Amino acid sequence: MASGIKDKVVILGMGCSKFGERWESSPSDLMVEAFEECIQDAGIERSQIEAAWFGAGIDAFNVGASAMPLAIALRLNYIPVTKVENMCATGTEAFRGAVYAVAAGACDIALALGVEKLKDTGYGGLPQRSRGVENDMYWPNLSAPGAFAQLACGYRAKHGLHKDDLKRAMAHVSVKSHANGVKNPKAHLRREITEEQAINAPYIAEPIGLFDCCGVSDGSACAIVTTPEIAKSLGKDNLISVKALQLAVSNGTESSHDSWDGSYLKTTRIAAQRAYDEAGIKKPKEEISMSEVHDCFSITELVTMEDLQFAEEGRAVNDVLDGKFDADGSNPCQIDGGLKCFGHPIGASGLRMIYENYLQFQGRAGDRQLADPRLGLNHNLGGFPHQNVCSISIIGHYA
Amino acid sequence: MIGITAYGAYIPRARLSRAAMAEANTWFNASLKSLSKGERSICNWDEDTVTMAVEAAQDCLSALDDAAITSLYLASTTFPFLDRQNSVVVSEAMNLNNRIRTMDISASQRAATSALISLLEGNIKGTALLVASEHRRTKAGSRAEMLWGDAAAALGIGSANVIAEYLGSETLAVDFVDHYRGENVSFDYDWEERWIRDEGYLKSVPSAVNALLENFSVNSEDIKYFILPTDQARTPGILATKLGINADAIVDNQITNVGVAGAAQSVLLLAKVLETASKGELILLIGFGQGCDAILFRVTAAIANSKPTVGVTGALAARREETNYNKFLSFNNLLERDIGKRGEADKQTFLSGYNRRKDFLTGFIGGKCRECGTVQIPREKYCVNPECNALESQDDYGFSDKKGTVQTWTADNLTFDWNPPAYFGMVEFEGGGKLMMDFTEVEAGKIDSGSRVSVHFRIKQFDTQRGFRKYFWKAIIED
Repeated sequence: MASGIKDKVVILGMGCSKFGERWESSPSDLMVEAFEECIQDAGIERSQIEAAWFGAGIDAFNVGASAMPLAIALRLNYIPVTKVENMCATGTEAFRGAVYAVAAGACDIALALGVEKLKDTGYGGLPQRSRGVENDMYWPNLSAPGAFAQLACGYRAKHGLHKDDLKRAMAHVSVKSHANGVKNPKAHLRREITEEQAINAPYIAEPIGLFDCCGVSDGSACAIVTTPEIAKSLGKDNLISVKALQLAVSNGTESSHDSWDGSYLKTTRIAAQRAYDEAGIKKPKEEISMSEVHDCFSITELVTMEDLQFAEEGRAVNDVLDGKFDADGSNPCQIDGGLKCFGHPIGASGLRMIYENYLQFQGRAGDRQLADPRLGLNHNLGGFPHQNVCSISIIGHYA
Repeated sequence: MIGITAYGAYIPRARLSRAAMAEANTWFNASLKSLSKGERSICNWDEDTVTMAVEAAQDCLSALDDAAITSLYLASTTFPFLDRQNSVVVSEAMNLNNRIRTMDISASQRAATSALISLLEGNIKGTALLVASEHRRTKAGSRAEMLWGDAAAALGIGSANVIAEYLGSETLAVDFVDHYRGENVSFDYDWEERWIRDEGYLKSVPSAVNALLENFSVNSEDIKYFILPTDQARTPGILATKLGINADAIVDNQITNVGVAGAAQSVLLLAKVLETASKGELILLIGFGQGCDAILFRVTAAIANSKPTVGVTGALAARREETNYNKFLSFNNLLERDIGKRGEADKQTFLSGYNRRKDFLTGFIGGKCRECGTVQIPREKYCVNPECNALESQDDYGFSDKKGTVQTWTADNLTFDWNPPAYFGMVEFEGGGKLMMDFTEVEAGKIDSGSRVSVHFRIKQFDTQRGFRKYFWKAIIED
């Protein structure tokens, strides 16, 4: 029986660029911005980094293939650098690589950095791209909102909800995140919206309207990780450690087998339970102090609240409208503004979420600081409800 | 006895109002006003000669045993591929035996009647399928644009259960150039209607018909159905008088509600006649173009037992009114549209990859697991049932004839589509299997979880850069 990752690796430092339409910044500019903050926070020299994992999602509109763009941007000293890509879980995948390397004893100090430059496409939304030679011959030419609209449809059918009730709860998800984003200087979208605005916005893909969608932005985030012992030897106290790192990948059951009804995310349920087991969490709703979930669309966040066991199945609409996931609720979600306000630079998002955990646990989250957070859960969902990858990381105070 | 053993038809659902067409163009061509009654059939953006042919042939097969099909001929002057046999695409979409004889016949408005004579005279074994399909492009604001329509029809030909016995035929081959479409041009060029009538129809048709009737000792007044495909409204009547055929034998060219379907018109009208014909009735079928074909049939008693699922009447009834003339121009690529950057994505089909998955992509074949019975599409090496996952355990399982139910759906305004919004969603099939797939022909407000669907062979995407188009199956909401 594997012992799991809990408390084997701590975060030595983190950095996060300003997210937004960074017209003037190249991917390497963004990488350097995040890295400079991170290495100063870690208090080490670049030469002490022994290996790196580089997350970048969409080669065609970003930095291209291979790990070289990171090595060149940061002038890393010919160390091993691994490029990772796993759709929207890419940032967390980079983190997982670095954390596992340290836990394995392959290196003492490792870097994980994610970056995405989405605003060089010349149009709004995520880039139009191939899904592979064979898939392109039969897959619907679906956009991300079109894919997640299916989730709203399936969830509504399963629970017999009136579409107006679901739409209002979806609106509240976005209103809450915008309210949080206002307080975050690194967020892209920093203005409050109302439920009426969200409900009345034009459909992008019915029933997903404009304000049900997260932003589209450029950004980068990174982490330097090491062992608790080395962190202490470097003079660090109040250590922040990794409690769980899990990944669940669809094997085609949802898309091709009648056991899935389209109303939930099978991968999230599986990855969440594994993560809770790994972290030793018995009552997630009570033990998790904050969550950063993959709110690519409001409906995704709403359904994810159930899949993470924060809400009873079929009850998320009520819990959302009751404010349980608001900043002052029992289970604050997206306290930094979420993908909704940060946008979703694919390679960076998972690390951006962990960055917020890291700030909150150190009491450095400014106007949005939560009172004494203990454990943070971060969730990424890449792909589509019927075929996706789901990563979950749980971060908390060491030991 | 050899003759027709079955028939089927397909007419695109969209019917464009001629008033809307006239309103757009009479400022330029005032004569169009006199043609502005009724409506014409128009292909949706994802329909072409091949997809309509599949629909018509399927309808024809609904009255036949498909195992007996030994050949499939496809007649058209508007083939999407000039060198890639279109009839084979149709055959594979229908999952016919690949040992059948196939052929494309083209280059004349009488392509279908000439093919029909070849099959009837050709000593065929089993049942031959003749499919005629036409999707003609016309210049904006033209008479042809007003009068023509898109459609397809199919006939079964053989010697078992003949519903219309072949009595004989005559052909006249004359290079009378009433119109032509030369190499590297998109549109027909034609000559004056009155000249075509006087020097073309009124000379060629009597020459062939009189010889035919004389050969078989048939009196012209005994002809019950006189089929003369033409967009000239008065010409059939003038010819009937000249030939001594009764006026009530003239078969209407459906100009008011469909439009003239080019090389498919003769077969479409024959299919229409066979829906109501009775034992013993004589049918005279004409194909006009560089001379003419004249074919004589006598209806048999078996007609009473042979009806396709849809037929011309059913196809006419499956109608959706269209009043947007710009949409017609766009669907037929008659104007340069701003399709947005998402529309610019490369649509290349990688032919080796296509070839590997052709049973799925063209035939819509999935698998059924021998170990656990689970039905699935697309078929992968391992069974999808989590309790099974057996390796290479699946037999072919066809989905093209299966009905399904919409599990989830959306109308996507962000993604590129030639007719936005793009409708797609998860379809669950009766008998098992599910697939995230495109919907087509969706009317806003008429789709929801639980809606019933059938699946149809349609154009998936155009590769305009390389002149290719790929086909796949799409779901249509059943009324």
